[in-house]
Amino acid sequence: MIWKSPAPIAPSEITDERNFRQRRRTLQAGAAAAVAAALPARGSAQLATSLAARPGNFSTMERPTPANLVTSYCNFYEFGTDKDDPPRRAPKLLRTRPWTVRVEGEVRAPRTFDIEDLLKLAPLEERVYRLRCVEGWSAVVPWIGYPLAELIRRAEPTGNARFVEFTTLADPKQMPGLGYPVLDWPYKEALRLDEAKHPLALLTFGMYGQVLPAQDGAPLRIVVPWKYGFKSAKSIVRIRFTEKQPATAWQTANPGEYGFYSNVNPERDHPRWSQKTERRLGEDIFSRRRPTLMFNGYAEQVASLYTGMDLMKLY
Amino acid sequence: MSAVQSPVASFSGLANLTPRRLGIVRALVFGLALVPLLVLAQRILTGGLGANPVEAILRFLGTWTLVLLLVTLGVTPLRWLTGWNWLVRLRRMLGLYAAFYATLHITAFVWLDHWFDLAAITADVAKRPYLTLGFFAYLLMIPLVLTSTNAMVRRLGGRNWQRLHRLVYLIGILGVAHYWFHKIAKNDFVPPAQYAAVLALLLGARVFHAWSARRDLARRSAGAQGRIDSPANSSAIVSRRRTS
Repeated sequence: MIWKSPAPIAPSEITDERNFRQRRRTLQAGAAAAVAAALPARGSAQLATSLAARPGNFSTMERPTPANLVTSYCNFYEFGTDKDDPPRRAPKLLRTRPWTVRVEGEVRAPRTFDIEDLLKLAPLEERVYRLRCVEGWSAVVPWIGYPLAELIRRAEPTGNARFVEFTTLADPKQMPGLGYPVLDWPYKEALRLDEAKHPLALLTFGMYGQVLPAQDGAPLRIVVPWKYGFKSAKSIVRIRFTEKQPATAWQTANPGEYGFYSNVNPERDHPRWSQKTERRLGEDIFSRRRPTLMFNGYAEQVASLYTGMDLMKLY
Repeated sequence: MSAVQSPVASFSGLANLTPRRLGIVRALVFGLALVPLLVLAQRILTGGLGANPVEAILRFLGTWTLVLLLVTLGVTPLRWLTGWNWLVRLRRMLGLYAAFYATLHITAFVWLDHWFDLAAITADVAKRPYLTLGFFAYLLMIPLVLTSTNAMVRRLGGRNWQRLHRLVYLIGILGVAHYWFHKIAKNDFVPPAQYAAVLALLLGARVFHAWSARRDLARRSAGAQGRIDSPANSSAIVSRRRTS
């Protein structure tokens, strides 16, 4: 074999670094979209319907976590406490139609919304948010929904309303996990009214271009990206406006470990582990944990909600 | 037999098992205990560990450490139950395997999970009870590994060796507690409770055995001649004196 020196490369033939990087991003995004489109169909044949949405505000530029990982690694204790219990059971068991959401409490006129009406209440947006679980892992998920504020406005809360409580479906026929006294069922979560009205708080119907898979909280959930994941209640059947701070599921179960606010806060350790770092789903075994950001990186948007509060005490 | 009674080596009555057959059984157990490691390697190489592979590795290795620890603790009660005295010849290997998986578990924690960030690791171990318990369980395993050779058994003398190796009861308790406190706040008691129940059974068997042996001795010395001791009872007394 005779080795020849390679022909010289003209400067014009070299791709500009910016173009090169842009091209890589385009390819990565295309590949991620292809994976996203191919995979939800596998687990949830029941509802692999696409959901159209326009790009919304506040999206991170970080690359979304592959959809098959997000939909196979779930905390949804109504279907079991192992991460793979919900993806195994929920698609077969959870009936998402017919579905209604009762809106009541401190509102001018309590009413029941049908899921089809809720879907049309406001234009759907796609928002790529970071998700940080209290357990120390994180993901990047393209959610589809609209600001929770849109629903709150139409619910017309009274002057007494200071909190909003979200209740998850609790039907033992559909949810085998309810047989175990892990939590005080039904699952309840709550936000302060001003938190719930913040434009980042998303009433969510889909992810990765599809309607929500059962294991991720179909047919509707909230997504509150600056709080630990458990604050984002799934499969909601009731939204209640209250004057007093509601008792929430994890705070009731273990007040020493879980507070009402549960804002992502790297300085405030969980009693059993540090919250300073997190592990991003889908990274290989030799990837290091990454630093956790205050309010999960949304401090610029939400820090003002907590001015003057001691977040080490009001965790 | 030498005057020093080694619980491992002094066993002459290999009830119903030729040395050749025992060799086969030992080889089989050796291979079986390696299977989890091979399964883990296969999952790592094929990406079969799911969304959070480091967590999956830690849990897998932790689980198998506990399983092998309980299997090791099960050898002696099973021997009492069946009279298969050769079972004790598997005990050291099983115990060493438990320590082996524990070492891999800790290696994964220190390396893959924390990247040798010793400041973060020591702060975590000091602050979080479940880590503290796990750390002490592992620490106590070290002297047992170091004194597991025949030479060390001879050097310590059977009685001292046996006393030292009773630490394995404490290791079992600490190991299950480590798992229990890791799970506790999720209010998900079922998996750790299963380990705790097996451990309680295995430790309870020892208490019961000691109690019944003492009762039999008492009856004998009291001259309860009306009762004929069954061979099983008298052999239990003999074996109790030799092993724990």
